[in-house]
Amino acid sequence: MSGTAGRRLALVVLQNAPLIAFVVVLVIFASLSDRFLTLGNFTNIVTQSSHIAIMAIGITFVLLTAGIDLSVGAVMYVGVAILALYLGDLPVVVSFPLVALIGLALGAVNGFFVVQMRGLHPFIITLAMLFILRGAALWMTDTRMVFVAEPIMSLGRTSYLGVPWAIWMFAAVFALAWIVLRETPFGRQVYAVGQDPVAAGKAGINVPLVLFAVYCICGLCAALGGLVSIAQVAAASSTFGFQKEFPVIAAAVLGGTSLFGGRGGVIGTVFGAILIQTVENGLVMTNANLHHRW
Amino acid sequence: MAAEILRLDGLSKSFFGVEVLHAVSFALHRGEILGLVGENGSGKSTTMNILGGIHQADAGSITLDGRPYRPTGPRDAQEAGLAFIHQELNLFENLSIEENIFISGFPRRLGRLPLIDRGRIGQRTRELLDMVDVRYPPATPVGKLSQGERQLVEIAKALSQDARIILLDEPTTSLTRRETEKLFTIMERLRAQGIALIYISHILGDVLRVCDTIQVLRDGHLVGGGPRDEMPIDTLISLMVGRKIENLFPPRDTEPTTVPALEVEGITQSGVVRDVSFTLHEGEVLGVAGLMGAGRSELARILFGLDPFEAGRIAVGDTTLTEVSPEACMRHGMAFLTEDRRGEGLMMEATIADNTALPSLRAYARSLTGWIARSRLEDDVAEVSRRVQINTTDYRGMLVKNLSGGNQQKVVIGKWLLRQPKVFILDEPTRGIDVGAKFEVYKIVNQLVAEGTAVLFISSEMEELIGMCDRILVMSHGEITGIHERHEFDSERILETAMLKNLADVA
Repeated sequence: MSGTAGRRLALVVLQNAPLIAFVVVLVIFASLSDRFLTLGNFTNIVTQSSHIAIMAIGITFVLLTAGIDLSVGAVMYVGVAILALYLGDLPVVVSFPLVALIGLALGAVNGFFVVQMRGLHPFIITLAMLFILRGAALWMTDTRMVFVAEPIMSLGRTSYLGVPWAIWMFAAVFALAWIVLRETPFGRQVYAVGQDPVAAGKAGINVPLVLFAVYCICGLCAALGGLVSIAQVAAASSTFGFQKEFPVIAAAVLGGTSLFGGRGGVIGTVFGAILIQTVENGLVMTNANLHHRW
Repeated sequence: MAAEILRLDGLSKSFFGVEVLHAVSFALHRGEILGLVGENGSGKSTTMNILGGIHQADAGSITLDGRPYRPTGPRDAQEAGLAFIHQELNLFENLSIEENIFISGFPRRLGRLPLIDRGRIGQRTRELLDMVDVRYPPATPVGKLSQGERQLVEIAKALSQDARIILLDEPTTSLTRRETEKLFTIMERLRAQGIALIYISHILGDVLRVCDTIQVLRDGHLVGGGPRDEMPIDTLISLMVGRKIENLFPPRDTEPTTVPALEVEGITQSGVVRDVSFTLHEGEVLGVAGLMGAGRSELARILFGLDPFEAGRIAVGDTTLTEVSPEACMRHGMAFLTEDRRGEGLMMEATIADNTALPSLRAYARSLTGWIARSRLEDDVAEVSRRVQINTTDYRGMLVKNLSGGNQQKVVIGKWLLRQPKVFILDEPTRGIDVGAKFEVYKIVNQLVAEGTAVLFISSEMEELIGMCDRILVMSHGEITGIHERHEFDSERILETAMLKNLADVA
């Protein structure tokens, strides 16, 4: 009797793990620092997490099909490098969509190989893309730091209705992704393909097309994440986007999206991204000692 | 009789030169339930696959509504109004009922917006679920439904695609009796609406209960058929098996001993096997017969410690096993050849030598360092591989995945022979291997029992059991329903014992 009750409790805890972890983190840091639980700090956390969140939303699509994309950080860097080097003179309304398109195109390359090379795991394909794209960006920039022009920098400081531009961007991507995954045939097919690609094929779903599309979306979101990030920091060194795949995948998985496909969604991903940033922020706020040893 | 909807005319099909279907012809009418019966490998699945467009017939034709029907893929079949419901369902547990039903083509808002028209699919799903008597909100995740309910959702899905012919392949194997009855009620309701159904099942009682006409396949030939009333169960059984056993089996010149090698007493695991007891002697081949789902493989897995059991006793030789795990069973001299050769029996990407050595590695570890005595191991691997006559000598280079099915099976046998087992459980040892390789497997079995090994031989092929075994145990619904001695072997009687419980259900 108590066994089943205990098991049910464990299930409830497990299903709401991201939320519970979030609350626990909030309580711990709020008790350690009185500056932590303020609206200003919270806006700060969300703003700082928005580029990770946008990229994590993109990778959620890929994870839902039981795939993976390790090239997100490299796509981010390539997009920003091209923006700074070649598109700096264009107005933002032209240059940003162009960078987004570049991200989409790089995602399409991933998707093409994932679909064409069935025997090769996306892990290998996108790992290769990571090295190729980082190499390309380093070559383009001569490994030097690149800077973006004034209009983009001021965009990073812009707010609308008191909410920073980055958060608006984040909210828009999230809302669109949520609708696509829940309310469009494509979104439901993503879940079906992730659950059982063979059955999905038998049900008449164009499985290769769905797989191709999720990598395009992931590439697009990676480029958007790069834009949001560069508008905040204004300069990109040779380590821009380096190892970003870790927090991005971690955000999605923390949010409950399965690495084996078919389970999860973007709401959890958003929580995951904010949770990661909250921990980082909290550690700074409480002056955690980096070199502390137990 | 109602109008004819589907006609098969002289369908033939061969795979790699082996004819699996020979000039099969029958007709299906509107509002008819047609039962298709036959032993494993009689050609039922091939017939289904041709109708479903997965295979193309080599000869013969199919007519649908008076027009020629030549499907080249599942899509063609679906568009022609044929729906297939397989033993393994094609549903997505992570999606809701309504999403599963409409996954192939969602209706959209305002006709063209890329948004799912939730209102409409909910409404339509409710109507469809009503037709199959499933009372769940359309947004319920399929993962929450029982097997029987999922089966009915599959039927609702077929109806949503305006299927006029529904083919059910062993749909009741994972259903409870009550769920099965409900399925039959729904099938009868669909029949009344003019839908035609083809029902494939091993459970003859069910076939007689629900079908209007019955067709019997044997070895790819249609050997009989007619209205249900003209096909009593004994006629069906003799049509299904009635084959003379030729000289397919090597002669054996040793007799079983009376020394017990494996004693099994009262093994019970609820829902799987009940009160199973038998004794296997040294030098004996004990067959296990039964229909699919009778619990034969499940019993084998329990005996080898792969699955748990609630009650009972297992003794090897004169020691009762206190702990039943694969390690313990192997230590006591048991070996187990699984029915799933590719999935469980072999490492497909590894070499013959690596596969053969795997269960014996510990025996070849040097006592001082624990390192493997390579040359001794390789000599023994080569010797055992020669003994089972694998058709290559490149044991260290050849990957198992590049071998034929028969040679793969010999690798599995070889790897256990290396351990010199006292009790060898063989689960479907000749499944999917050609006649020549079968004969060689039989010879190895005879050799083994001549050396005193006890063999438990599970098979779905009756003549194989009759040809090879000293005694045959028959299982039905997880219980032993009979033991037949060699002098009284009779495939009809064995099949009757195997269906005992199914017959009881009809009465």
